Amino acid sequence: MQPTRTPIARGLTACTLAVALAWSWAGQALAQSVYVSSEKDNKVLVFDAAGKLQSKIDVCKRPRHMMFSKDQTKIYVCCGDSNQLGVVDRASGKMVDTVPLGDSPELFDLSPDGKVAYVSIEDDSVLAAYDLSTKKQLFEVKTGGEPEGVMLSRDGKFAYVTSEEANVVHLIDLSSKKIVKDIKVGNRPRRFAASPDGSEIWVSNELSANVSVIDAKTHTVKGTVAFDIKGMRASDITPVGVLMTRDGKTAWVSLGKANHVAEVDVATRKVRRTVLAGKRAWGLALSQDEKQLYVTNGLSDDMTLVDTQAGKAIRTVAVGRVPHTPLVSP
Amino acid sequence: MLAAKALTALGLLAVGLSAAPVVQAANHTVALVSLDDDARYQSRRLERRYPGHPAGRLLPAAQLGASDAEVGLRAAGHSIKVIEATASSAADLGKVLQQLKTDRVAYWVLDLPEAQFAQAVQAAGSSALLFNASAGADALRGSQCAAMLFHSYPSQAMFSDALAQYLAARSWRNALVLQGPEAADQLQGQAWQRAAKRYGIKTVDTKAFKLSGDPRERDLSNTRLLTNDRNHDVVAVMDADGEFARTLPYATQQPRPVVGANGLVALAWHTQWERNGGPQVNRRFARLAQRPMVGQDWAAWVAVKSIAALVSDHSKAALPEQARLLRSGQVFVDGAKGPRLSYRAWDGQLRQPLFLSHVDGVAGTAPLDGVLHPIEVMDTLGVDEKESPCKAKP
Repeated sequence: MQPTRTPIARGLTACTLAVALAWSWAGQALAQSVYVSSEKDNKVLVFDAAGKLQSKIDVCKRPRHMMFSKDQTKIYVCCGDSNQLGVVDRASGKMVDTVPLGDSPELFDLSPDGKVAYVSIEDDSVLAAYDLSTKKQLFEVKTGGEPEGVMLSRDGKFAYVTSEEANVVHLIDLSSKKIVKDIKVGNRPRRFAASPDGSEIWVSNELSANVSVIDAKTHTVKGTVAFDIKGMRASDITPVGVLMTRDGKTAWVSLGKANHVAEVDVATRKVRRTVLAGKRAWGLALSQDEKQLYVTNGLSDDMTLVDTQAGKAIRTVAVGRVPHTPLVSP
Repeated sequence: MLAAKALTALGLLAVGLSAAPVVQAANHTVALVSLDDDARYQSRRLERRYPGHPAGRLLPAAQLGASDAEVGLRAAGHSIKVIEATASSAADLGKVLQQLKTDRVAYWVLDLPEAQFAQAVQAAGSSALLFNASAGADALRGSQCAAMLFHSYPSQAMFSDALAQYLAARSWRNALVLQGPEAADQLQGQAWQRAAKRYGIKTVDTKAFKLSGDPRERDLSNTRLLTNDRNHDVVAVMDADGEFARTLPYATQQPRPVVGANGLVALAWHTQWERNGGPQVNRRFARLAQRPMVGQDWAAWVAVKSIAALVSDHSKAALPEQARLLRSGQVFVDGAKGPRLSYRAWDGQLRQPLFLSHVDGVAGTAPLDGVLHPIEVMDTLGVDEKESPCKAKP
C-alpha cells in the first residue's frame, strides 16, 4: 500500500504545487500586465511591465479604447469596425462577450457603478449610453460632428464629450439627456484628463498645438497649455493623449506628429520637459508606481517606455499594427 | 433703385459697427453659385469619372460643411444656411448675381467655369466674400486675382508641385512629357514645367499627342509610338480633358509609370484617405450625396467651414475686414488632411496638403517629408509670396 500511495500523493502534491504556481504566476502576470489594443490586428497584446510580449488576445474588429471593469476582472474594448464593445476576461485571456454599439464607436467612459458605458459614436455624431448587463442602448444624445473624447464627472451626473468638427466640449446632463453647455475650445479637441481634486478638466486640441484647461465649476476655459519644441513648427505639434499623476502635480501629454510626449507642471501650466517617443505618439498610460509611462505610437507600430523620473525613453517595443490604447493592470 | 439698396446696406453696416455688442445677422446665408449648362457637369461627362474632375454638383458638400459647423456655431447664436444660386447659362449669370446682392448674401461659393470669375468678382465688389471651390486655373490666383476672392480648391501650380516633389523624392528624375493640344492642356504643361524646374525633374522630350484613329497620324496617337524613347523614368501626360490620358497606363512601350492626368495624379481629396478623420468625412459625405467625395466636393465643404470659422469669431467685422482676417493666416480650418489650414496673404489661396493618388488610393502626401520652407512648408506647393503677381489686397 505504502509504496503505491506515495507516488500518487507526490503526484498530487506536485499537481497542487503546479496549480498554485500557475496561479501565482498568473497573479503576477495580471499584476504587471500592460494591455495594448492593436487596431489592424484585431487583437489586444499583453506585455509585462518591462515591455516583453506575453500573449495576444483575439478580440473584435479594430479595437481602440479600453477600460477595466469595476471589479477589474474584465477589460472592455471598443471595436470601431465591428461596432462592438468586446468583453475580455483577464484570467482566461479570452474575449468572452460582446455588446453591440452604434456605427464607428471610438472612446468611452463607464458610470461610477460600472454598469453603463457611455460611448462616442463617430459616424452618427452621438454619445450613446449602453447597459452592460442587458446589452441594450439606454439613450443617445446628439453631438457635434466626430465626437471623440468622453469623460464622466466624478459623481457620474454629467458627461464631457469633445466634438472634433465643432471645436467644442459638450457638457451633457445624463439625467435630462441634454447638452447643457457647449464649451468652445481649440481646433479639433480630442481627449480629456481630470485633475484628481476635480477642479480642472484638460482637453487636448490636436490642431491648435495646445491643451485647454476648463474650470470644472464654471465650465469655462480658464487657461491653456501651449507646446513648443525647438526646431518644430506649431503645425507639427498635435496633442492627443493626456493624463495626470495621482498627486495632480504632473500631466503627460502626447504630441502626435511631433513624436514626443511632454511632461507638464499642472500648477504653472508650463512644460517641464519633452521626451522623444515614436511616430504619431497618441496613447498614454502610467504604471501603478507612476515611474514608467507607456506611449503607443500609431505610425511606427510600437510602444515607447519612458522613465518618468529621468525623463528618458528607455525602450521601444514592437506592437502589431497601429497600436491605440495602453492599459496598465492595477 | 440699385444704388438705394446698396446705400441701405451700407447704412445697416454702419449701424452694426457702431452698436458693437449687437451680433449681426446670426443666420448667415451662403450661396452656391453655378451654371446649369456647365460642361463639366453634363451627365455623359460625369460618367467618365476622369481623375481630378468633379464627380457631381457641389451642393451636398456645401450642405455638409454647414451641418458640420452647426454645433460649433450655435453657442454663439450663429447658423449657416446654404442656398443654390444657379444660372441657366453664362448669359443669365448677371441676373442671378444681382439677386444675391439685392438679398445681401455675403458669402458666395463659386462653382463656375474659369471664364465666369471676372463677372462674379465684379458683381460682388466689396459686398461679398467669394470662395472658388472648383477652378484650378493659376491665372485666377495671379493676373486675375481679386481682394475678396479666395480659393479653397488648389491651383494647377500646387498640383504640379506636389507631383514634382513626389518624383524628386523617388528620384524619378527623367520625365517624358506628352502634351495635349488644347489651351487647358498647355496651361497644365506650363505649370508642370515650372514645377519640374523647381524640383529638378528633367524633361527628356516633349511629344504632342492627339486623339485620333487616323493611321497617318499614328505617331501622335499611338501610345507605344509616343513612348518608345528609352531614357525616361516616368511618362508625364498633360491632358486637361482626360480621355487620352486614360488610355496610357499599362499601354506604354517601356514599363514606366504614368503621372499627371492619369496614373499617379495629384488630388485635393481621395475617398480612400484613411487618416486625420478622412474616413468620417467620406462616410458623412457618401451618406448625403450617394457618391464618393472628390476634390471639388472637399473644396466646397472646406469653403463653408472657412466661412463658419470666420463668422464664429468675426461676424461683427465688415466684409473687407473679414477678408483681411482670412488673409492674415490667423483664421484656421480643419480640412481632415492633417494640419490646420489657413489662407495665403498674397493670393487668397488655401494652403493645404495634396494627395498623390492612383485610382485605388493615396501613394503619398505633399509636401513630401524632407521638403523645406523657411516659414510654412505647405507654401512649397504653388506660388509663394515672392513669386506672386497678385497685387489685389482687401
